[in-house]
Amino acid sequence: MSNRRTFLKTLGLSSASFVLGVSSFAKGNAVVNMTTDPLSLALEINPFIVIQPSGQITLINPRPDMGQGSTQAVPSLLAEELEVSLDQVTIAQSDGKGKYGNQTSGGSSSVRALWTPIRQAGAAAKEMLIKAAAQRWSVPESECYVEKAKVIHRPSGKSLTYGEVADDASKLEIPKNPKLKDAKDFKIIGKYAPRLDVPARVTGKAVYGIDVEVPGMVYAVMLHSPMIHGKVVSIDDSEALKIKGVQKVLKCERPMPHRTSEAVAIIADNYWAALSAKKAVKVQWDNGTLGQTLTTAAYFKKCAEAATKEGLKAEEEGDFAATFGAAAKKLEAVYETPFLAHAPMEPENAIAHIKDDGTAEVWAPIQGPDWALRDLAGYLKIKPEQIKINVALLGGAFGRKAYHDFLLEACFLSKDVKKPVKLVWTREDDITQGPYRPGMMARMQGGVDAKGNIVAYHHHPIGESIQFQVFKAPSNKPDDWVCGELSQKEQKYNIPAFKISYTHVPTEIPIVWWRSVYASNFGFSQEGFFDELAHAANKDPLKARLELMSDARFKKVLETLAEKANWGEKLPAGQGKGIAIFKSFGSISACCVTVAKQGTGVKIEKVVSVIDCGHYVNPDNVKAQTEGNIVMGITAAVKKGITFTNGQSDHTNFHQYQVMRMNEMPKVEIHIVESGAEPGGVGEPGLPPIAPALANAVFAATGKRIRRLPFDLNTLA
Amino acid sequence: MAAITLDINGKKHDLDIDPKMPLLWAIRDVVGLKGTKFGCGMAQCGACTVHMNGHPTRSCVLPVQSVVGSKITTIEGIGTEENLHPVQKAWIDEQVPQCGYCQSGQIMAAAALLKDKPTPTDADITSAMQGHICRCGTYDRIRKAIHTAAKSKSPKGEMSGGK
Repeated sequence: MSNRRTFLKTLGLSSASFVLGVSSFAKGNAVVNMTTDPLSLALEINPFIVIQPSGQITLINPRPDMGQGSTQAVPSLLAEELEVSLDQVTIAQSDGKGKYGNQTSGGSSSVRALWTPIRQAGAAAKEMLIKAAAQRWSVPESECYVEKAKVIHRPSGKSLTYGEVADDASKLEIPKNPKLKDAKDFKIIGKYAPRLDVPARVTGKAVYGIDVEVPGMVYAVMLHSPMIHGKVVSIDDSEALKIKGVQKVLKCERPMPHRTSEAVAIIADNYWAALSAKKAVKVQWDNGTLGQTLTTAAYFKKCAEAATKEGLKAEEEGDFAATFGAAAKKLEAVYETPFLAHAPMEPENAIAHIKDDGTAEVWAPIQGPDWALRDLAGYLKIKPEQIKINVALLGGAFGRKAYHDFLLEACFLSKDVKKPVKLVWTREDDITQGPYRPGMMARMQGGVDAKGNIVAYHHHPIGESIQFQVFKAPSNKPDDWVCGELSQKEQKYNIPAFKISYTHVPTEIPIVWWRSVYASNFGFSQEGFFDELAHAANKDPLKARLELMSDARFKKVLETLAEKANWGEKLPAGQGKGIAIFKSFGSISACCVTVAKQGTGVKIEKVVSVIDCGHYVNPDNVKAQTEGNIVMGITAAVKKGITFTNGQSDHTNFHQYQVMRMNEMPKVEIHIVESGAEPGGVGEPGLPPIAPALANAVFAATGKRIRRLPFDLNTLA
Repeated sequence: MAAITLDINGKKHDLDIDPKMPLLWAIRDVVGLKGTKFGCGMAQCGACTVHMNGHPTRSCVLPVQSVVGSKITTIEGIGTEENLHPVQKAWIDEQVPQCGYCQSGQIMAAAALLKDKPTPTDADITSAMQGHICRCGTYDRIRKAIHTAAKSKSPKGEMSGGK
């Protein structure tokens, strides 16, 4: 009991409430997990439930919401087992401390990772509440059941609210193996429910990171190096300091995982003054040779050179060289995908307060408070328990807000000015500074035998490694983030000679995960090239895939797609359909794109997307995420990517870095395959098949093969 | 600095600010209404859209000195959770938002559209909304929600709810 009260204090919740049940999971013993030294940042997930005497139920949600719906999905898992309704669960966001385990929204992992532990937590709490009520009534537990946050004694009809028995329940042993509901009895999971956070989001009341204010704060804007890594030679702030409200102009730094760059910041008592001063500050930069070296053309040139050589072998089934050598038809092609900015609608921002006593408090829209805690502790050289992280809602993120340069910049500035500093990046900072989805290349080889069978396949990804640049992973072995998901085990193409290689080409352009990570690059090369192989084999692209796949779930996804997209129907002249399938983050997604010739290019008429994500929480949210993946997938295929010429991004804001808008929306249809399998991801898997299906549709309609993204829909160039 | 009086959501605010400060920052950081969002700072994305005398306007490029005497309405001024504007209600019915960050601007544009054209066609909707970026990709639902809001009008043809 005393332990549980201790946790409560660390949570900052009222001491009149009781932590209940909760955990489950890994070690089956909540008390041990909960009292683990918060210094440790590597624990199993261990969120928990607080039930107050008032009956209020609070879930400590370990996954920040960036629009993917974790504030509905996670409490749904709890509410299902605890037998309460969603509106009875209050959500508090975890603060990064080790006892909550992994807290990063990324890798489409929230429901996948929490599916069992949160349900077990709810089930354990329910069993404890029943036991406490039964003891108070001196009746057998078997005569009691729960409904709508009450324990009810069936024979007598008497009841106690969860709040009324919470204190007693919290003194009981936590059941090690609570009984989980059978899926057929789910009332919440798998059913439509409106998201309870939507009303706040449509009335201007939802508080995003950029909306947070704290007493005594000052505003900051960054003047980043135009060539990202240039050095500050001199700063002329004479004009800037004349602007009313401007307090200070200082040299500072932008800490990134692979290097720390020099920067300049303007501190002011309001944001507009700081922004105005940014235009008035004159900085001389020493860019060294960045003008020659920091270019995407130079990077892709190195990638192209690598594409003429063998890479590091990651996997080989059969004998690729021999099979390819003996093939009747040999195909070789190089595919290319550009660097991309995430461009979440809410620009990067953070408030940091480094206090006189050496402790730190931050408020920020970040995807992973646990990662942020690690980064902050490392950067500030203080202990995690000296840091308090407040996670606000994220106005989009797509991977960007799990990279903490902006957060550490705010820390640097607060340390200097000794006040809370609210730093807000401009859109220009966001688009010109990275980090970006890495631009990548892929060398493809494939062979078809005399009977028309696809017998040899070699996928050779080339380019910068996120694990190398962000985590300093060794460069001398294949990047498993790249190669792992391209494996035959994952993608299920039973081609007899199947090989994956990798060549690392480094760049100083900052890169990081972007929605669906490398699947967004190599889904394109895999599925575009497979289409080429199918045509070389004189086979229908869908049938060619079905022939090579024996996995029932893949087949079902393809068959569903064929039916829903009317694959095989006779199309009007000038129209074409393309398909693609890709497994990522535990889910299988396929799509069919229909295009129609229009002038010198094509128009996207329709996208039909099918996903098998196993068990899911809210079908409407699966659809919403897939809609988003379609829009972002098309944008990535046909809008300009990020290019660096002479050391600088060629695009600065949305007038140049264009994204898809409503007038470009095709008809969209989404279908969920009900496999009842373990939950897969939902936030990302819909994206990888979009670009290749589109490119394959362009080929079907026009005969033009697209191997390089982006391409212009109007000219197909 | 100058004394500037702004009329926001029917309330007068006497402010001592730079007359060139864009309305967006006056609304957000001086008046303290955070529902209007910063997205690009150059009228490209629509996140900052408010109504100026009933017309949708990009507040991120509009100096406050140019709006003195105008009636400004922000997302907070068209409806609340207790008294939703029909467009806000339709946004809930169609579950439009994902992250929701751009939706204040989208809703302000949609509300202005429906005032001008109570039963907009798909082309009307596209024309009114294509200046707004949603990176979450909610465009289809926005279109549906505008049609839903159009159908929810009272028999008199007036938009109900909100003030």
